[in-house]
Amino acid sequence: MQNSGIEVLFEGSNFERLLGGLLVTIEISFLSIGIGTLLGILMGLLRTLGSRPLRFILRLYLETFRIIPILVWLYVVHFSFSPLLHIDISGEATSILVFSLWGAAEIGDLVRGALQSMPKHQVESARALGLSSSQLYRHILIPQAVRRMLPGMINLATRMIKTTSLVVLIGVIEVVKIGQQIIELGVIKAPTASFWVYGFIFILYFSVCFPLSRLSKKVESRWQN
Amino acid sequence: MNLDWEFIYESLPLYSEAMWLTVKLALLAIVFSLLIGLLFSIVLYYKVKIVSDVIKIYIELSRNTPLLVQLFFLYYGLPKIGIHFSEMTCAIVGMTFLGGSYMTEAFRGGFEAVSQSQIESGQSIGLSKLQLIRYVIFPQAFAISIPSLGANAIFLLKETSIVGAIALMDLMNVAKDLIGMHYKTAESLLLLVLAYLVLVLPLSLLLTWVERKVRYAEFGD
Repeated sequence: MQNSGIEVLFEGSNFERLLGGLLVTIEISFLSIGIGTLLGILMGLLRTLGSRPLRFILRLYLETFRIIPILVWLYVVHFSFSPLLHIDISGEATSILVFSLWGAAEIGDLVRGALQSMPKHQVESARALGLSSSQLYRHILIPQAVRRMLPGMINLATRMIKTTSLVVLIGVIEVVKIGQQIIELGVIKAPTASFWVYGFIFILYFSVCFPLSRLSKKVESRWQN
Repeated sequence: MNLDWEFIYESLPLYSEAMWLTVKLALLAIVFSLLIGLLFSIVLYYKVKIVSDVIKIYIELSRNTPLLVQLFFLYYGLPKIGIHFSEMTCAIVGMTFLGGSYMTEAFRGGFEAVSQSQIESGQSIGLSKLQLIRYVIFPQAFAISIPSLGANAIFLLKETSIVGAIALMDLMNVAKDLIGMHYKTAESLLLLVLAYLVLVLPLSLLLTWVERKVRYAEFGD
């Protein structure tokens, strides 16, 4: 007898495998956010302090990421790196590279925005009070900049997690790919499996991203003033 | 690196066909999303009971899931319970599902930014509810929303790059096929990037220009 389809989610180790696939997605996103944050802070600082040509180049770098879709970036790196440089670079490494560079561009912009929005008189007042540069940064500028950046950073994290779903298209084994494998295996026994599996993956993504976007709204409204 | 120009020249028709598909898809998705956004934001603005709650749930579902998963669910999942769409319909429905929530939020931001004193002044000179919307609230809300509406339009245009995953012959699919069949990797990728530049860059420049015009109309500086 054919089963109704939803059972396919709980057969054997399917449930754990899907969650494991989601973990790959989350791993790629978090690694990229980590690397992107470090590079982004540097870029943000250079975009406020650096020389004019450098600022122009960094702006151009950001715009290229905003104009070319991320999937195109993934294709370009995936299809051109191995043949051009004669090194074998895995789908996961490609993804982390592309997402880190994207993250660095966007986080750089957030850092720049936060730094530039700081009123000048605060720096002057701090100087008048006799604070040293390191005190100025530690007690006045950095805490405020972080508050202004945090909602944007959480939003970016949600966007990255969602976009990471694309890495299946360059052959990374993540949650969508594992879903496809489960569907293919159960093609005779559970013909309606794709409805349940994709529905379940839909809910999986939602349950990761929804709390994050809630958090970002909360942070934003609490720290508005 | 030596590029095979003849190959590039011969592939141009394939790319232009795929670009045309992208333009069609993006235009339809943007127009439908704008309509949904306008309608839903008005419902939210007037806090219509129950309907507002349903719309809020839709917005969260649409914003917190990836388009790829939405498309797979529509294309591979729904037929199993008897709902069949063609690839193109799936793509339009999926992109509208995604874009509708973004456009709703953009319009809502505009509505909320119209200052209360404007609305009160309108009421005090005796404008009816409809007149108030038509002459006072909407024109201002629309002007305020334009930058985010434009950003969403660009976002949707770029998101069309994903429809190749449900077997539409879009730019990504054309590039992938050419790489697979002829191993002309550099040429295919160059054309792919150029195609997206040709599509997105003009819209992005137009948006910057419109934004400046709107700001000028609003504040006169």
